[in-house]
Amino acid sequence: MRSNTVGWLMLAPTIAILGIFGIAPFLYVLYVAFHQWNPFGASPLMIYNGADNFRRLVFDPEFLRSVAVTAKFAFFAVVSEIALGYLLAQLFMREFPGRGFFRTIHTLPLIVAPIVVGSVWRLMTTPSIGIIPYLLKQWFDYDMNIGRDAGTAFALTVIMDIWHWTPLVTLTLLAALLALPKEPFEQAQIDGANRWQIFWHVTLPMIRPAILATVFIRLMDALRTVDEVWMLTSGGPGDATRYVGLHIWKIVFPKTDYGYGAAISVIVLYLTLVMCWILYVSLVARRERKRVA
Amino acid sequence: MRQQRPYIYLLLWLGLSLLTLFPIYWLFVISVKPAVELFTTPSLILDTVYWKNYINVIGNATLRGYMINSLIISTSNAALVTVLAFLACYSLSRFDLAGKENIFFWTITNRMAPAAVFLLPFYLLFTQVFTFGDWKLYDTKIGMILLYCTFNLPFAIWTLRPTIDGIPKELDEAATVDGASTWQVISEVVFPLARPGLAVTFILTWVFAWNEFLLAATLTSFNARTITTGLSEYVTTTGTEWGTMAAIAVITLIPALIIFSMVQRHIVAGLTFGAVKE
Repeated sequence: MRSNTVGWLMLAPTIAILGIFGIAPFLYVLYVAFHQWNPFGASPLMIYNGADNFRRLVFDPEFLRSVAVTAKFAFFAVVSEIALGYLLAQLFMREFPGRGFFRTIHTLPLIVAPIVVGSVWRLMTTPSIGIIPYLLKQWFDYDMNIGRDAGTAFALTVIMDIWHWTPLVTLTLLAALLALPKEPFEQAQIDGANRWQIFWHVTLPMIRPAILATVFIRLMDALRTVDEVWMLTSGGPGDATRYVGLHIWKIVFPKTDYGYGAAISVIVLYLTLVMCWILYVSLVARRERKRVA
Repeated sequence: MRQQRPYIYLLLWLGLSLLTLFPIYWLFVISVKPAVELFTTPSLILDTVYWKNYINVIGNATLRGYMINSLIISTSNAALVTVLAFLACYSLSRFDLAGKENIFFWTITNRMAPAAVFLLPFYLLFTQVFTFGDWKLYDTKIGMILLYCTFNLPFAIWTLRPTIDGIPKELDEAATVDGASTWQVISEVVFPLARPGLAVTFILTWVFAWNEFLLAATLTSFNARTITTGLSEYVTTTGTEWGTMAAIAVITLIPALIIFSMVQRHIVAGLTFGAVKE
């Protein structure tokens, strides 16, 4: 084969750019995480304080709540997106008039900027001016108030995320379904398998890697959502929708507690990484086994 | 065999499309209403159309400038990212490099960090590290183009890799035997076959760059300010000019919509990440 130098040269620009704009800032954040530093407040000078920031966050109820609520958000959003995305992808596998047109329509939310998504959902749902609370009141005599009711606000951020990102899931799963060979399905039908059995024993094992890869991408992005939620609820009411990305932002910016913000960031990044690594390993292991078999 | 009922699917999709389109429709409704009317009883039907918001936006030279900045930044970023990701994926797929799977995973870790974390280091990098005399990376288009690589490049590499892996290596080998150079193999064999994947990578990268807000808001002030940031200037703590904001938002959708519909037919074929091709 050709010399590996060519291969390294092709990877070099990627490694260089991600090194400068990925590793360097990360090392800096790691450095700051071991310091007490509040440039516009109590400690304008960077003071080394060992692992104090990390000790502090373990006992910080605000931080722990934000992790819990982020996990809840990511779980509900990603599970619904996968389930719904799979159903819609299956629907797109059928022949029907205007399929291409509906596929385009279904893809539209993807191209809307997160900040716009947040703004529109806020306008639609803000009590007294929003169309949704108005209609709920008119039709069902139900009072919806995202400024007061924590559960509604939480549900709404999940629904908004589903609206925005299900199309990506549908597209990736559709791509996976289209790439499947036909024979196993025909064989299963000949053997008299019902729909559920075909799904469970034929379709699911074959598209499992695609599902895992989609979960991977969606989970990663759901865990760091900021713009949309910031526009919709600003983290409220109380801290019902104060997701980790937003929590970090609030510590780093209005409070300018950089040292503590950096420590939280390091931990959050670490947790995300571990979770994604587990997913990735199971994805690769699956593929390797397939290759051996 | 099960019976095919195409019209049931058609009806189902009509219903689903209404749900999908409603927020976008509502954005349009807000953009064509005078400010006072927003606070009256909401109505589903648009009775009068008021174009003033759009006239204000189009007539605003600053916003036009932001729009041009956004176009330059997202297009250059998408082009750069697609080229780099293509080279990286080709290398990962065809060469036997030590630790390449670790490098592959490492690239995606750059997308995992919450953006808020990196604002400060980026700010320092842009205002203090990358300075040459009076020139700073801060508030430059080139700065934003490079910066957006941190989250777009990993995504692109991960989306593109299955496409490149799916192109049989035998084709490369056959071309090499016929005397083609590495460059010729890439440009005449792999590139044409990878086109659907490249189109999807380009468009998604373009959309992500076009839509990005937090980093642009922190790292630009005027010369490289993007339209999403311009849009947020109408959302302030003292009150929001919803009409103007919505009009800008609708306008920002148009370029994305145009390039999206251009590559629409490639989208599904190109989005094969994780799909096993045997």
